Amino acid sequence: MQRLRHREPPRGGEREDMSVDDRHGKFGRFGGQYVPETLMPVLKELEEAYFAARGDPEFQREFDWYLREYAGRPSRLYLAQRLSEKAGCRVYLKREDLNHTGAHKINNTLGQALLARRMGKRRMIAETGAGQHGVATATVAALFGFECVIYMGEEDIRRQAPNVFRMRLLGAEVRPVTSGTRTLKDAINEAIRDWMTHPLDTFYCFGTVAGPHPFPVMVRDFQAVIGREAREQCLELEGRLPTKLLACVGGGSNAMGLFYAFLGDAEVELIGVEAAGLGIEAGLHAAALGAGTPGVIHGSATYMLQDADGQVLPAHSVAAGLDYPGVGPEHAWLKDMGRARYVAVTDEEALDAFVALSRLEGIIPALESAHAIAYLLRMAAQGELRPDDLVIINLSGRGDKDVEEVSRLLGERITAMGGVGPATSSLHPSPGGGSR
Amino acid sequence: MSRITQAFKRAREENRGALVVYLTAGDPNLAVTRELVPVLARAGADVIELGMPYSDPLADGPTIQQAGQRALAAGATVARILDTVRAIRQSCQVPMLMMTCFNPVLRHGLEAFAAAAAKAGLDGVLISDLPPEEAGPWTQAAWRHGLDTIFLVAPTTPPDRARLIADLTRGFVYAISRPGVTGAREDLPPDLPELIGQLRQVTDKPIAVGFGISTPQQVATVCRVADGAVVGSALVEIIADLGGAEDLFYVAPNFVSELARATRREHT
Repeated sequence: MQRLRHREPPRGGEREDMSVDDRHGKFGRFGGQYVPETLMPVLKELEEAYFAARGDPEFQREFDWYLREYAGRPSRLYLAQRLSEKAGCRVYLKREDLNHTGAHKINNTLGQALLARRMGKRRMIAETGAGQHGVATATVAALFGFECVIYMGEEDIRRQAPNVFRMRLLGAEVRPVTSGTRTLKDAINEAIRDWMTHPLDTFYCFGTVAGPHPFPVMVRDFQAVIGREAREQCLELEGRLPTKLLACVGGGSNAMGLFYAFLGDAEVELIGVEAAGLGIEAGLHAAALGAGTPGVIHGSATYMLQDADGQVLPAHSVAAGLDYPGVGPEHAWLKDMGRARYVAVTDEEALDAFVALSRLEGIIPALESAHAIAYLLRMAAQGELRPDDLVIINLSGRGDKDVEEVSRLLGERITAMGGVGPATSSLHPSPGGGSR
Repeated sequence: MSRITQAFKRAREENRGALVVYLTAGDPNLAVTRELVPVLARAGADVIELGMPYSDPLADGPTIQQAGQRALAAGATVARILDTVRAIRQSCQVPMLMMTCFNPVLRHGLEAFAAAAAKAGLDGVLISDLPPEEAGPWTQAAWRHGLDTIFLVAPTTPPDRARLIADLTRGFVYAISRPGVTGAREDLPPDLPELIGQLRQVTDKPIAVGFGISTPQQVATVCRVADGAVVGSALVEIIADLGGAEDLFYVAPNFVSELARATRREHT
């Protein structure tokens, strides 16, 4: 069994391009800092501040306190009995949906807010896709008294309306982004431009494990509590490690957060589930790892969706939080190393799983998290699960924000469906309904 | 000595600043770019900066973002832009550099991109999101093919970092006038002379100032302290207004010659 040399700095000359260097944000050939010069000194300042905080027990104590007392951690590791029955093996849900604000995003924004406070920043900006990171940022901005501006694509504002109101209620200004595809990618562009314009007083609270260094390392560290808890809880409940971890991957923060504590456990299979949207062949998807190529997007070298000339291709997913043409560089590295594997499920499968989990467990998942559930159901249907498999799925967020959009997509058919579990063939979105 | 270096040398000898004029290649289409570049050169542009249109240009404001969208919609690609450069070169020796985001360069391969750019007749390349830390392989490829490598220094850049950037620079150091994205602005930052002064202490390479410079008066102010001025969005706005209409070939060179007059130091 191969143990990965994680967290070790590169050694001169010796297979340098496969090693991980947290301090410089290099994951083999991925990661790095590809940003306009105006931001470079700002990123250096952030790096210094973050690595000082990472090594400061007082900062960690403070972070732990807020995670426990404010976010409500540890989140439960819940044995989903009816889902297990359907899967034919034991399936646990890591209940990040039960955190304050309803998703894993609060772990990261609490960490970054504490760092921003240490750095003396007074203004916090963020991008958001599904609105979960925007809500989590607006929440900590209210908590710590920062001025707050959230960039959100116009298309996402439409399909995640409840979260827009929550952000405004929390005192944040939501700025609609009308450039490009009007989704997460463009919201990140606008937030970066804002940061370039206000580099001294503004803290960019980035929402995922992508972007320039130190964001992939920092966000992963703040999210790693998910996997640390899950590993401990699983050992306590089952007396053994899980055989498989499942998490959806857009930028990849909830997956990285779950995977990180298990990287050294070679017997644990790590599976990231990307959005296949309307189909990989149709070209309308968000599977950067599954169908993308190496490039540079939003300041980081990673897999991405691009054409032959290096122009970014628009992504598509029914889940706004997965609708992103890039992915975190550490995932790109895990893919190349063969340590994690990445699969993709379609909008249809995710919608089916959205309904299935609601009816089997009484838990309405976020459309993003429904992708991970969907892959479990696919594995079960294809006989890929053994009775002694032990699966942990990261239920990264709750689905309240999606209810309106799913009702628009599935409409009457939801009420027409009797009994439990999805009637897969009758659950497909209406023609054109799943696309923008 | 590269064409770009020569242009700055000549400007200095004539006691004026060099005028660097930016336009997005392929906006509104490449035929217009091909016709316009020699006209702007005759009107007094010392260096032409051709922007490679990109889907996600982080450093650009709305004016240049939209120019890029128009150019991409009209079919601009790296290969077609280089064809256009080659066509311009047949009759025009104005120094030309390309400003691009890193991903198109990476996608074609650093070596292949540098070779093709040099062969087409470009004199230099400025990659707007490639900091010196990541630039090693690119500068090696570019220098091997005789291309100048232009790097940006920002107001946020500390002196030791500015020295590192200046060391990698061939052609001229591009000083960003203020934090933020490209786009015309009303005022120049008051601390510009100090910024240039600090930069002079770490390099003796020519320094041109860009971002937010749009009027002859601003060019004159910049050229009193720097070796050149870059004007972009103001010209791109003219191109946006007039498209490929006949008027463009009067209005744009008139604007450029006004700017060029403002580069003369005795003029003020």
